[in-house]
Amino acid sequence: MMATTPHTTELIGSDRFELHPDDEAAILREKEHYEQPQAACIEALKIVQRRHGWVPDGAIMAVGRLLGLGFAAVDGVATFYSLIFRQPVGRHVILVCDSSSCFLTGYETLKQALVEKLGVDYGATTADGRFTLLPVCCLGACDGAPALMIDGETFGPVTPEDLSDLLEGYE
Amino acid sequence: MSGSTSGQGNPLRYHSRIRQSGTERQPETHPLTWRLRDDGEVVWLGEYLDKDGYQSVRRALAESDPQGIITVVKDANVRGRGGAGFSAGVKWSLTLQGGDMPRGYLICNADEMEPGTFKDRLLMEQQPHLLIEGMILGARANNARQGYIFLRGEYVEAARVLNRAIDEAREAGWLGPDIDGSGFDFNIAVHTGAGRYICGEETALINALEGKRANPRAKPPFPGQSGAWGRPTVVNNVETLCNIPAVILHGADWYQNLSGNRTGDGGTKLYGVSGPVAEPGLWELPMGVTGAELLDRAGGLQQGRRLKTWLPGGTSTGFLLPEHLELPLDFDSIANVGSRLGTGLMMAVPEDRGMVSLMRNLEEFFARESCGWCTPCRDGLPWVVKLLRDLEKGQGQAGDIELLDKLAADCGPGLTFCALAPGAAMPLETALRHFRQEFEQGIGKVSGDTRGVPDRVAADAPANNR
Ligand SMILES: Cc1cc2nc3c(=O)[nH]c(=O)nc-3n(C[C@H](O)[C@H](O)[C@H](O)COP(=O)(O)O)c2cc1C
Ligand code: SF4
Ligand code: FES
Repeated sequence: MMATTPHTTELIGSDRFELHPDDEAAILREKEHYEQPQAACIEALKIVQRRHGWVPDGAIMAVGRLLGLGFAAVDGVATFYSLIFRQPVGRHVILVCDSSSCFLTGYETLKQALVEKLGVDYGATTADGRFTLLPVCCLGACDGAPALMIDGETFGPVTPEDLSDLLEGYE
Repeated sequence: MSGSTSGQGNPLRYHSRIRQSGTERQPETHPLTWRLRDDGEVVWLGEYLDKDGYQSVRRALAESDPQGIITVVKDANVRGRGGAGFSAGVKWSLTLQGGDMPRGYLICNADEMEPGTFKDRLLMEQQPHLLIEGMILGARANNARQGYIFLRGEYVEAARVLNRAIDEAREAGWLGPDIDGSGFDFNIAVHTGAGRYICGEETALINALEGKRANPRAKPPFPGQSGAWGRPTVVNNVETLCNIPAVILHGADWYQNLSGNRTGDGGTKLYGVSGPVAEPGLWELPMGVTGAELLDRAGGLQQGRRLKTWLPGGTSTGFLLPEHLELPLDFDSIANVGSRLGTGLMMAVPEDRGMVSLMRNLEEFFARESCGWCTPCRDGLPWVVKLLRDLEKGQGQAGDIELLDKLAADCGPGLTFCALAPGAAMPLETALRHFRQEFEQGIGKVSGDTRGVPDRVAADAPANNR
């Protein structure tokens, strides 16, 4: 669900969008698992996001057309779930766990160090488009707290001193 | 989530693990974890079959009808490990089946988002076939045609492991048509979510599975009567389902005896400890060990720190005091002192941490995760957060604590659509009860406070939580 491609900003505010044929095929395959096509909606949005890094308006319509759903039904789903991005994000998404076990083991210091290092706070993307910083609920890694996730991989326990080495690998 | 490879091999990468060695984890005493490898690698089908894998399915499909399975599970009194402790056998006996009732669904709840909870991922990441085996038994008992594992989106590794294990099981004939020559057919698909704690509530989960916004549904009808796409649907937690194979293989009495005479609840429990303790982690222990025994396993608090309070099983349970460590960690003993066993993973709070800021952090979680359906939860929780933030800064006003009491009471059981709000209320109520002084200290330290608006309800109303 994370961005692995540069964010496709030219899609902002545009309804023009065509599903990649591979993505369309993947969505149609997903549909087979369920009694109703609507159930493939979340996975469809995740498939789009894997390719483009986020889900533009045009993609909401394209997914709707494919699954026989209106814009509101698809966008209602897209905006409900926190890991579907309706705005462009950076090439890498850092999710910082802000739940209680991480709170008790010092996530606030870790987050502050990240903010200083990246120069952006929650919800923002670095000027070079490299990282987007977001909070996330308990990552289920509380015995490795404080924990964070980068592009779908969980790390922990992470100290502020670890950050330089950890982030280095992400271009 | 497409995994990048940048973090591969990085020593900071998180790996789920059991803290007991293979010598301690024996088949007779550790039904959930005895097959786990000491090196933490996945137990794939070959090794699983060598370790008695799928024997319970073979036996049940050959010897028992659905009612037979339900009876054993009921007699064993397997209580739901998702947090509520409801008897799995009783739940299954209420699922509509037979006559012209269509075959329905068995859903494994693998949403695991309750802060402080990290048990289900171990079972899925390292031993996927035990869950599949439990699901086949559950499907047989409930006449389900199709199973879904509803997995939280962040569990990328678990999704990879489960999908491969499902393929293995299908190729070997443990899933699909005519399982083990019995004539029974059943399949499993993994559904990965996209974030939101509310998806773990079983009726919200069904909406999420159907591709809708995850608002809970009104009950009745209960899922067992009308669930996914209107068909009978059973929702059980990962750990609950992982208990079933051993119950079928060794019987209800054996399961009951696993907990010795510690408690009326049978079996073992995947317990855990998080927070500033020496060795946070997971252990499979007899149901009903005491909090003290568990905390001991974790080496107690980090050096120089002392326990102030603890949550027995996630942030939706109530705070307990050090004296409560002597109680057995079972559903009834913990309920009797005004908390809940919940998921059974303890969170330890040291004396040097203030309750007001901890509660602020905890309620920020609930306020953010409220689905917005009912007023006490949608509007009440952000208000709670606002009051706690004021108290944290020493800017609370007279009456704030009583207001917190009231907002918590408004979120109590039965007043909202689902149990998220009561789950937000219980830690708040217990914190206010045990540590009221700390909250009182947050009032009126700042002189010249100009916020004494008479109609403060109106002034504070649209409190935004972010
Ligand atoms: C807000 C909320 C979140 C929940 N999250 C989970 C969860 O992540 N996993 C889980 O098994 N049960 C969760 N539950 C409990 C489920 O609604 C349900 O009771 C449980 O899955 C039943 O399984 P069990 O009887 O095997 O425990 C949650 C409940 C609520 C109210
Ligand atoms: S209690 Fe909260 S989470 Fe549950 S239905 Fe109501 S608003 Fe939604
Ligand atoms: S609270 Fe951060 S991983 Fe669980």
